[in-house]
Amino acid sequence: MAKIIKGRQIVDDAWQVLTLAAGETPKQVAIPVGKVLVPLAVWLARHDELLQRKHHGDDLGVWLSPVDDPAAIAAHVDHFAVVAVEFPGFSDGRGYSTAALLRSRYGYKGELRAIGDVLRDQLFYLARVGFDAFAIRADRSAEDALNGFKDFSEVYQSTVGQPLPLFRRRAVHVSGGTA
Amino acid sequence: MYRYDDYDRGIVRERVDQFRDQTRRFFAKELTEDEFRPLRLQNGLYMQRHAHMLRIAVPYGLLSSDQLRMLGKITSRYDRGYGHFSTRQNLQLNWIALADVPDILSDLADVEMHAIQTSGNCIRNITTDPLAGVAIDEVADPRPWAEILRQWSTFHPEFAYLPRKYKVAFSGGEADVANVRIHDMGFQMVRDQAGELGFRVWVGGGLGRTPILAQIAREFLPWQHLLSYSEAILRLYNRYGRRDNIYKARIKILVKAVGIQEFTRQLEEEWSHLRDGPSTLTQAEVDRVAIHFQRPAYDVLPENDVLFEIAKRDNPEFATWAGRNVHAHREPGYAAVTLSLKTYGVAPGDATTEQMNVVAEFADRFGFGELRVTQAQNLVLSDVKQRDLFALWQEAKTAGLASPTVGLLADMVTCPGGDFCSLANARSIPVAQGIQAQFADQALLEDIGDMKLNISGCMNACGHHSAGHIGILGVDKNGAEFYQVTLGGAWGMEASLGKVIGPSVAADDVPGVVSRIVDHYRKERQTGERFIDTYRRIGMDGFKARAYENLKPVVEEREVANG
Repeated sequence: MAKIIKGRQIVDDAWQVLTLAAGETPKQVAIPVGKVLVPLAVWLARHDELLQRKHHGDDLGVWLSPVDDPAAIAAHVDHFAVVAVEFPGFSDGRGYSTAALLRSRYGYKGELRAIGDVLRDQLFYLARVGFDAFAIRADRSAEDALNGFKDFSEVYQSTVGQPLPLFRRRAVHVSGGTA
Repeated sequence: MYRYDDYDRGIVRERVDQFRDQTRRFFAKELTEDEFRPLRLQNGLYMQRHAHMLRIAVPYGLLSSDQLRMLGKITSRYDRGYGHFSTRQNLQLNWIALADVPDILSDLADVEMHAIQTSGNCIRNITTDPLAGVAIDEVADPRPWAEILRQWSTFHPEFAYLPRKYKVAFSGGEADVANVRIHDMGFQMVRDQAGELGFRVWVGGGLGRTPILAQIAREFLPWQHLLSYSEAILRLYNRYGRRDNIYKARIKILVKAVGIQEFTRQLEEEWSHLRDGPSTLTQAEVDRVAIHFQRPAYDVLPENDVLFEIAKRDNPEFATWAGRNVHAHREPGYAAVTLSLKTYGVAPGDATTEQMNVVAEFADRFGFGELRVTQAQNLVLSDVKQRDLFALWQEAKTAGLASPTVGLLADMVTCPGGDFCSLANARSIPVAQGIQAQFADQALLEDIGDMKLNISGCMNACGHHSAGHIGILGVDKNGAEFYQVTLGGAWGMEASLGKVIGPSVAADDVPGVVSRIVDHYRKERQTGERFIDTYRRIGMDGFKARAYENLKPVVEEREVANG
């Protein structure tokens, strides 16, 4: 079984990622049984069918590409056990904004997973914008990647993980008289 | 100046450790070149023609004497005894070994410096007016705001992998010395009718292959919203900026494509979700940062120092220098002084280890231990007593820092060019030196008057050629170095972009072309008219005809630069 990082630990993962092969369309692609992350286009084309599966006890998952607007699932985020965001290359930063929006604007509370070109040196930033699960690229060690979470012990900005920017926490510190 | 607290210190220290480990993993082949490249670039490290180039951040151009001494030490220990101050107020070292970089970063951290985000597709070092805090006409000191945004942009997780680089500038007032309009995002200090402080926000400017001047995103942004508004702009750019073509990836292309009206509509929509959130600045935070930029303890002095006036009367050479390199100061009896890094025979912007040490000592003896780096690649001592100017001038002359040419043609701006930079199509420094030789006569320079001459070795425009009154751009023509000449660029609120005069010319012909352009100006100008104003009045044609006189025709332009 594949491994992912979740909750800062390496765990077994049963989800499969459905992608459309050449010639396949969202309407007619076969959705395998079990836990499946479907492309956004498949969710949009067949959400009634997918909700039936959920009704029968299957968790639902969807994945977004960098061009997919997370607003498209804003009204449905509670249906998903997993939302994955694809990084076709680790230097394509669009997925960071996708994650920030899902967490801060659309109220998504479930597992938010980074998939694709996911590597150790991006994990610290990915975690800060709201990802809590990471499918490390298959040729790289997930154990080694765990070190990436420890790069920094303090940050300046307000983000999903730490909504109070450092300057607000600094202010508390100073007024508390311990600075 | 801003001093780190334990939080700032810890973050910069952890950066050093992070990069040390990344470098180790690169050498151990645990990171591929492609994986390592963005990581090293976000530490200002480029692979150049001969060695690595390290770009050290000088936040908003402000340095302490101790920091400059450390830079001097680094240039002597790890480089070849000199460094290059850049148009973005940073320092570039051209002969660095990758294996030394973690130790260099550690030395920098000792003096509260770093190379964070000085390259790469992220928010770069923030620039501002080198006379910030002492300029007579500023609305407010922009440095506290630049520092606040520096902290916010440092390791911002959402904006570390933007489509392309992102440059920000702050100007203290209407004069716009920081030239906000050539930046991706620019803030100009303004007050509204009620007297409240805020920013005029500019967006979508930049030079490079497609130079575009920024447009106004908002006439007035109250100061509390600096961070949330920046976040809204950056988020739009991160999501919608082009990533399919590196030459169309800057925010200026996005703003141009959708139009400023539509862009600002989307911006206000995005901002409506973010405004008044936790990033809203507090008076307490602004005060905490601003206290570091309080006015130093100036002596109470007469408006005009008698000894300074006498020295100017008795020594014409000093008077010439004082006329060009000494600037008005808002404190009576004080002046700001430009120490020129434009010495004949030396690459513009270069300073030796010895010069760095000398300038650090000047800053301690003649000021409050601080200095500035300018966008024109000079250094500024911001708080010199008028009565000390003569002594300072004598010592600066000995150190080769007293060229009396600030704002004149010889004060030219150049990138390192093809002598160092692997991106360049052509060399910049020999061309600069050829022009320097042509214009070595001070009387001629004074007669020409205010002139910005900018040289870039390629379309990336590090020498800001499109913003020069006269701009020179290196192009590659079938493997040979040629130079394209532009006229009519300008800075600040009178900003404009230069226009190409015609076919590019060979390196040897550049000084002659510049001479003839200058001659045409001297012939056509009206009394007291600057070059740029003459150009704007009479247009390109006369300059063009004169520029190409006596030149052998060259083959039709076929630019292969950058594909």
